[in-house]
Amino acid sequence: MSTTVSSPRPGNPQGGGATADPSATALSAKPVGWKTPVLLAVFAVVSLVFFGFLAPNKTASFGISTGSDFFQLPALEIDAAVGGIVLSVLLLALAAYAVYLKLKNRPAPGWLTVTFISLFVAAFLIWVVGGARTPAISLAGLIAGSVTLAVPLVFGSLSGVLCERVGVVNIAIEGQLLGGAFTAAIVASMTKNPFIGLVAAAAAGAVVSMVLALFSIKYLVNQIIVGVVLNVLVSGVTGFLFSTVMQANKAQFNSPPGLDVIDIPVLSGIPVIGPILFRQSLVGYLMYIAVAVVWVGLFKTRWGLRVRAVGEHPQAADTLGINVNLTRFWNVTLGGAVAGIGGSFFTLVAIDSFTKEISGGRGFIALAALIFGRWNPIGAFFAALLFGFADNLQSIVTIIGTPVPSQFMAMLPYLVTVLAVAGLVGKSRGPAASGIPYVKG
Amino acid sequence: MPEQHPPKHAAEGPGAADKHDGTASHASLAEEETAAVVSVDTAGGAMEPSAVPATAQSGKLPGGPDTLLRRIFTGSGMVSVLAVLLALVIGGLLIASTDKQVATTSSYFFARPTDFFTAVWNAATRSYIALFQGSVFNPRGNGVAAQFAPFMETLTIATPLITAGLGVALAFRAGLFNIGAQGQIIVAGILAAWVGFALHLPMGLHLLLVLIAGIVGGALWGGLVGLLKARTGAHEVILTIMFNYIALYFLRYLLNTPAFQRPGESNPISPILDPSAVYPQILGTQYRLHLGFILAIGATLLVWWILNRSTVGFEFRAVGANPKAAQTAGINVPRATILVMALAGALAGMSGVAQVAGTEKVLTDGVAATYGFDAITVALLGRSTPWGTFAAGLLFGAFRAGAVQMQIQTGTPIDIVLVVQSLIVLFIAAPPLVRAVFGLNPRRRKPARTAKSKQAATTGGAA
Repeated sequence: MSTTVSSPRPGNPQGGGATADPSATALSAKPVGWKTPVLLAVFAVVSLVFFGFLAPNKTASFGISTGSDFFQLPALEIDAAVGGIVLSVLLLALAAYAVYLKLKNRPAPGWLTVTFISLFVAAFLIWVVGGARTPAISLAGLIAGSVTLAVPLVFGSLSGVLCERVGVVNIAIEGQLLGGAFTAAIVASMTKNPFIGLVAAAAAGAVVSMVLALFSIKYLVNQIIVGVVLNVLVSGVTGFLFSTVMQANKAQFNSPPGLDVIDIPVLSGIPVIGPILFRQSLVGYLMYIAVAVVWVGLFKTRWGLRVRAVGEHPQAADTLGINVNLTRFWNVTLGGAVAGIGGSFFTLVAIDSFTKEISGGRGFIALAALIFGRWNPIGAFFAALLFGFADNLQSIVTIIGTPVPSQFMAMLPYLVTVLAVAGLVGKSRGPAASGIPYVKG
Repeated sequence: MPEQHPPKHAAEGPGAADKHDGTASHASLAEEETAAVVSVDTAGGAMEPSAVPATAQSGKLPGGPDTLLRRIFTGSGMVSVLAVLLALVIGGLLIASTDKQVATTSSYFFARPTDFFTAVWNAATRSYIALFQGSVFNPRGNGVAAQFAPFMETLTIATPLITAGLGVALAFRAGLFNIGAQGQIIVAGILAAWVGFALHLPMGLHLLLVLIAGIVGGALWGGLVGLLKARTGAHEVILTIMFNYIALYFLRYLLNTPAFQRPGESNPISPILDPSAVYPQILGTQYRLHLGFILAIGATLLVWWILNRSTVGFEFRAVGANPKAAQTAGINVPRATILVMALAGALAGMSGVAQVAGTEKVLTDGVAATYGFDAITVALLGRSTPWGTFAAGLLFGAFRAGAVQMQIQTGTPIDIVLVVQSLIVLFIAAPPLVRAVFGLNPRRRKPARTAKSKQAATTGGAA
């Protein structure tokens, strides 16, 4: 009895897609669908009615400069009704263009969707701020805050990119973030050194990932199951140690020194861009570096080519002499380390101590950002920014007092994600072999 | 996870090759076994594997032919027991690692190691005894009724776990990973609670309407995911996670509106349900155990019947085993997807009803607690079979009920239950690992061949 087992053909483009729905697999041959144009048209009409015709008769004010900029720009004053109508007309035009393309049987290009979303968000923002009790917000603060809130999301979705590109579904991002946050807190507290905490966070994320890799690659347990269970496990272990060790001696184990914001002189004074790019914590700078490195690594290096080959067609990669399972193991581990660094953001930058469930479901948002960003590091970065923006907008909107209940604002990222995965951003297809264990045959 | 190499391998390879052969046979065994599993899962690679391995669906494992005794010990039932044992041991070590007595005795470990091991043993067993007394039988209770009160509490807590777990299990069998039980419980809870406190109807009819409202609510929320999946091909894992959050925020919004908030209350809490709208307590008023538990037994029977005796159940299993083959055989796959998600939602909806009409009697934003997520582990532990899920629900119900007592009596945090639960599922999902830990792997015949192929793989990888 030898191991003559017919191995899966996961790279088969007809059968190995991310979806089990057979009708969705042969999209290349299908004519362009009505879904995107219709959705765009619906949103444009919603925008015209609500943000245009039903706009509050006030002026929305958006502050651009912060006190520390070199030169002060005047605040942007927009009449809510006029702004809403102008933007809605632009949205309608874009929707019409999508319909025109559909009639020519051409798919809507990516820039169209991106522009549409940006304009829609702008129209929404003018409407919300215009309807508030104090119709003025600081745009610079809003954007800078969004970037800050997006930091763990970006790291989490990069972890997802690294894992899924190599063919392993990573549902355990939440656990990796939480593990990183906990380890960063406890190690930084004990060593009184946030940098050691940062390294330890990466190691903790990597350990969580290694368990994922071990079970999904060696024991071929379903990757989604391992991910879900790992989230529970990390939540249990950190919660247990928090209640016993950290609570007993908070000074020694749960008072990590924070990573300070590093202000790059001169450059950080540039309005709007300065605070985003040049006034970040170490973790924030690492985020930009990580996005760039992962993108270049995946798409411009030999390593990246191998990784993508393993994720798309492991048998072909194996034939060419790439050790599929080893490549998967180390990439998943690397992904965990990246997510672990993201987790350290919670305890070293955002808040100065660990609490139970400090990651609060952001690992799942990161997962959504990854899909929204179409498994591309840069796409995931912008998707994460969008979620950070929604998160930040929610808290700001609660402060300035708008008619929209804050719960609906909080719901927004999730609704957007549902729309995204249901096809607003076009067909988003993951790596072909993602989720399928590879058995050499 | 430390992997122990049992000494029996030494008998197979002579002298210096001992260690190498042992390792190789180990790895190759895991490979061979798991390869067989994958082959079953993917119909020889023709399709994407379903969310749940075929082994988990059938409850059988491909094991090597060996002696009868060995077969008993390596069977899946034994693996489940050993997995639970292993998880309890690791949980016990975690408890001991934070125990003060253990820390004290470890300082003079080399002088008197027995003290240390006694302390470890005491720390772990003390917690587990408290867990047992809080979940099954409390010998210090005043009279038989009080002694069995913990067990009744276990059954009460198990009720929503069983029904939600059944929902997750049913979807598993159709190859769908339903993480949305949490949201389905919430939506069901919203509808059931509203019917319960806003309408005032006669006895019997009122409760029936509450139940129907909850089931319909859950079915709609679950069915919507099925519809989106069938129509757009969106992945149900993402959809259900997102729907959980949407349901939660919607509930929080509702609890701040006049229609749902209790009059004169500033906290987000609903009015108490009418007495005619709540489940009767089936074993007297001294226990919280309610009619929902009987319904959970009924639901288990129903799911068993659907899966094993009905046409739709056959279709679900066919779709779960191989959607393409099912499609070819004339099964309407999108319809089955929508239907199974709606049914899964309906079952989770019963948990929502059990919460608002059974144990809580009000609607708060904690209505679903973590039942929806625990349901996933319950279904996994139950290997997606109806009665397996029922048993797993009882076990996890016991953990939850006992954990409260354990925290009160010994100060061990409730979180340890999460650790033990997740470890159990992890170990059960990887039988080769459990058998390796206990040294129960079936003997291998041909270690040499795989050793060679492994070597080839390594050298090939370097090219």
